[in-house]
Amino acid sequence: MYWEPDKECMDGEELEQLQLERLQATLNRVYAHVPFYRKKFDEMGISPEDISSLSDIARLPFTAKADLRDNYPYGLFAMPMREVVRVHASSGSTGMATVVGYTRNDMRHWSNLVARVITAAGVTKDDVIQIAFGYGLFTGAFGLHQGAERIGASVIPASSGNTLRQIQIMKDFKTTALVGTPSYAMLIGETLREKGIPVSALSLKFGLFGSEPWSEAMRKEIESRLGIIATDNYGLSEVMGPGISGECLERNGLHFNEDHFLVEVIDPETLAPVAEGEEGELVITSLTKEAFPMIRYRTRDRIRILKGDCPCGRTGRRMSRVLGRTDDMVIIRGVNVYPIQIENVLTEIGGGQPHYQIVVDRNGAMDEATVLVGAEESIFFDQMKRQKDMVDRIKARIVQEIGVSVDVKLVEKKTLCRSDGKTQSVIDNRKL
Amino acid sequence: MLRIKNLQVYYGMIHALRAVSLHVKEKEIVALIGANGAGKTTLLSAVSGLVRPASGEVNFYGKDITHERADRIVREGIAHVPEGRHVFKPLSVEDNLLLGSYHRYSLRRRVAIRGEIDGIFSLFPVLADRRKQLAGTLSGGEQQMLAIGRALLSSPKALLLDEPSMGLAPKIVKEIFGHISKLRKERDMTIFLVEQNARGALSIADRGYVLETGRVVLHGSSEELLANRDVQRAYLGREDLTEG
Repeated sequence: MYWEPDKECMDGEELEQLQLERLQATLNRVYAHVPFYRKKFDEMGISPEDISSLSDIARLPFTAKADLRDNYPYGLFAMPMREVVRVHASSGSTGMATVVGYTRNDMRHWSNLVARVITAAGVTKDDVIQIAFGYGLFTGAFGLHQGAERIGASVIPASSGNTLRQIQIMKDFKTTALVGTPSYAMLIGETLREKGIPVSALSLKFGLFGSEPWSEAMRKEIESRLGIIATDNYGLSEVMGPGISGECLERNGLHFNEDHFLVEVIDPETLAPVAEGEEGELVITSLTKEAFPMIRYRTRDRIRILKGDCPCGRTGRRMSRVLGRTDDMVIIRGVNVYPIQIENVLTEIGGGQPHYQIVVDRNGAMDEATVLVGAEESIFFDQMKRQKDMVDRIKARIVQEIGVSVDVKLVEKKTLCRSDGKTQSVIDNRKL
Repeated sequence: MLRIKNLQVYYGMIHALRAVSLHVKEKEIVALIGANGAGKTTLLSAVSGLVRPASGEVNFYGKDITHERADRIVREGIAHVPEGRHVFKPLSVEDNLLLGSYHRYSLRRRVAIRGEIDGIFSLFPVLADRRKQLAGTLSGGEQQMLAIGRALLSSPKALLLDEPSMGLAPKIVKEIFGHISKLRKERDMTIFLVEQNARGALSIADRGYVLETGRVVLHGSSEELLANRDVQRAYLGREDLTEG
């Protein structure tokens, strides 16, 4: 099943022409309307008309998360706000680092691209689709919602949380497709088991999961617990949100929507392209976006481009599932967390250079994070009350800062140090 | 089938086209819109061999025609209807049409070509009524139909139309656009249409490109371009939008 067969199964030469045309038009627009890009291009002595083939993209500068932060909130928009019909944001290393916008045409493309991903995952207009992502600034819920509506499925905007109510809705509304994070799907599966609700009481057929990495083992687990076919889909709000790539029912890689995104895989150290099929960092350039075009965005996600054709007939390149990160970001219960955020909180409360370590575990389906804070030995001789106050303050500030609650423990400084005297800021014990 | 890559054209010191890439698929109507002086006519002229590009490629059905002579390009199947019609004013309507078949006319083909001319008359009945009349005495709209008819007599695969609506009354413009649409439907013609009348062009086109000072700045389906506020403001005369 295809949503736009002429686009999804386009021949290589046609795709290349289309990508070049769209890349050149995008560069002409960002050069004319976004001072940040104009300045960068000028500094490198590059003008949009120098880009005469797709491989010339390597001559253009990268864009990083920090650039988005420096231009907060609207500095990278290529259209005035009155043309923008939607704004989303995602957290970054200093609170609200990333603000993105969409014109009416952007919204149309976005829902269309998500419609492709949803269709590839088996969902049709006959399905009842329950969106269990949190609705809000995050692009996941609205992105999937619009795509599902576009194909004519019946959309239930259940949002996240309240697992028993989710299950109730699933049962009563005869939900056939579930959308959310894979860890939330695990939790739903666990709750079903706990409450003794058999899968046969539900009508579920498909699950579309994303926004955090998950393993094949986890996929099997989810599929057996919920009695569904589970597919992975990929996106990030800086580039658009969901709809960048997604698995078809063959489940051998995520098909890129290459007519809208030019993808590169680079070596994060040398920044040179890796050989086709090698692992590296995914870099994405938007080809059709009007309000918030993105040139060579470094996603920090490690992937590989898969070789060979997919039996489904789609012709675009496919990416592996996300293999890891090239920075120290961790995803805790679907929320992106950077160690620097924790560090800032600790500096604010304790002063000086904090010693800390974030330990992430998985308890059943749920991520659990503990921040170990290295304290001066003196505090351990003091009253318990002072210790407890400090822990509570840190906890409260961290929730405020990152949006998920963590456990905080005070430990002796020296226990955090490795033999070389440095501290590893994140220890991830989850088997993802 | 028509594929243009990185076309660069200079008129002396003036950089008229800057790395323009675009394509027109078989049986598609594609509009190129833009203000006066954006480079629209230059682009058509570069395709039909009237202007030599400094670099870039024009490919037609897999063949590189970038450096072909204009008359060869007509033989390849591209007919250019120039801005301002340029019909042969002192000649009759019929002779104008006949001249369109100049490169393939022979005594042996005479009858067949007569048949084609009759085909043009049934396409544009108004021309049939004026077949013996001098082209210079026709109205603007009739001259435009004649110019299109003459181009069709070269038996093209693709038509390049430069500002077919220019200087015509709104009612006639509508009629001309209706004819262009019919050419695709009834004759499977591939059409690349250059227009300042963006609304009219996009109403019959499948896709469009927006050219600004020699650069393509937008590209999308007609529906998308019509919805784009920049296009609306700049080319559709929706000045009210600037007031928010």
